[in-house]
Amino acid sequence: MKPRSFTYVRPDDIGEAVQALERWRDDARILAGGQSLVPMMNFRLIDVKALIDISGLAPLAYIRERNGEIEIGASTTQAQLMGWAQLANRAPLLSAAMPHVGHYQTRSRGTVCGSIAHSDPSSELPLCLATLGGSVVLQSRSGTRVLAARDFQTGMLSTARRPEEVVVCARFPARAAATGYAFAEMTQRQGDFAICAVAAMVSANSIRLGVGGVADRPTVRDWPALADGELDDALNDFAWDLGGTDDAHATAAYRRELVRRLGRRVIGEAGNARTA
Amino acid sequence: MLELPEGKRHLVTFTLDGEEVRGFAEPRMLLSDFLRQQLGRSEVHVACEHGICGACTILLDGEPARSCLLFALQASGQRVETVRSLVSADGKLNDLQVSFRRHHALQCGYCTPGILMSSEAFLRANAKPSEREVREMLSGHICRCTGYAGMVDAILETAQTRAEQP
Repeated sequence: MKPRSFTYVRPDDIGEAVQALERWRDDARILAGGQSLVPMMNFRLIDVKALIDISGLAPLAYIRERNGEIEIGASTTQAQLMGWAQLANRAPLLSAAMPHVGHYQTRSRGTVCGSIAHSDPSSELPLCLATLGGSVVLQSRSGTRVLAARDFQTGMLSTARRPEEVVVCARFPARAAATGYAFAEMTQRQGDFAICAVAAMVSANSIRLGVGGVADRPTVRDWPALADGELDDALNDFAWDLGGTDDAHATAAYRRELVRRLGRRVIGEAGNARTA
Repeated sequence: MLELPEGKRHLVTFTLDGEEVRGFAEPRMLLSDFLRQQLGRSEVHVACEHGICGACTILLDGEPARSCLLFALQASGQRVETVRSLVSADGKLNDLQVSFRRHHALQCGYCTPGILMSSEAFLRANAKPSEREVREMLSGHICRCTGYAGMVDAILETAQTRAEQP
């Protein structure tokens, strides 16, 4: 339960972080909060030759709204996002999801971008990013590129990030006019990995539902406004299309039922939040 | 850019419970092991070593953190607090510890140092927590003896007593 030897690198700015990554490439990992990475290192599930610690890079710890998007820097902790005074007003979906992200004791270190870069299929933050249609900004020596959430996360714990790229920020679309948001999940214990997590975004003529914890990545589906009976059918189709599997925590059938029930619940809540 | 090569021991200095401490650590050394093995601070309890159980929780710059998910080198120049910081110079337990004892909030006591540190940080930031908030905070810890009820009572009582103090 101890990590194997590695070289510890602490860059003074993002340029140096990129430089170190260019040098070590696949042998390096970026350390931000370490709340997922270090357990994997302790278990020796991953092999790291160089750890590039960006947790202390103050210029990367920011939350700002620009062009209708909330941009969150790579060393911003989950606790900082939860404590952001504008959160409930400008990002109602994140506000609803954040209490489910890890625990009080891990959110103080765990970062928003780290959770997205780690891309656990049951994580709340990648689910929110996908449901809102957000994006991830990657930086390398050759410049920056912006990837939509659906292009960034390619599967379980895997992303389209190239070995020489560092995630510098994530961009979450801010609250849209006349739109309601809601979030729910089923876990065995508050803060544990979600057996199924759902995020809904509802306006007068559209319904969007994102589901995490069932497929190998967060999956989003859009519908026009549906009548009650149509919604049940739509959710049932979606539940089957996600192709969940049995594991130690739940059967595939139980997960499908969660998609149907939690999906219906959050779509209802988001609809009510819109009119409120 | 600081680069500390693997396999070599590097100087680490930080403030531990108000005192400057120093020691040497390879990059791979966890802060929990550094506190226990290099500094003899066996009150930092280690159990799961992957961030689930919360026994090793300390405060880093006033925020709760799993010391098994931090490397000793990351504590350089920072302020680390362990359960020892709660006890006064003449060895008296603080109000939270006394309340834990009164409410039977511990049995074997293995998880207790971490839970006390989480609870202390939580109470500093939340003067009047609800029972639900206390339970959510405690969800980041595993205790296999008590069932948590005594802890919830102890933490709520401490919050109330502190709020009543002038």
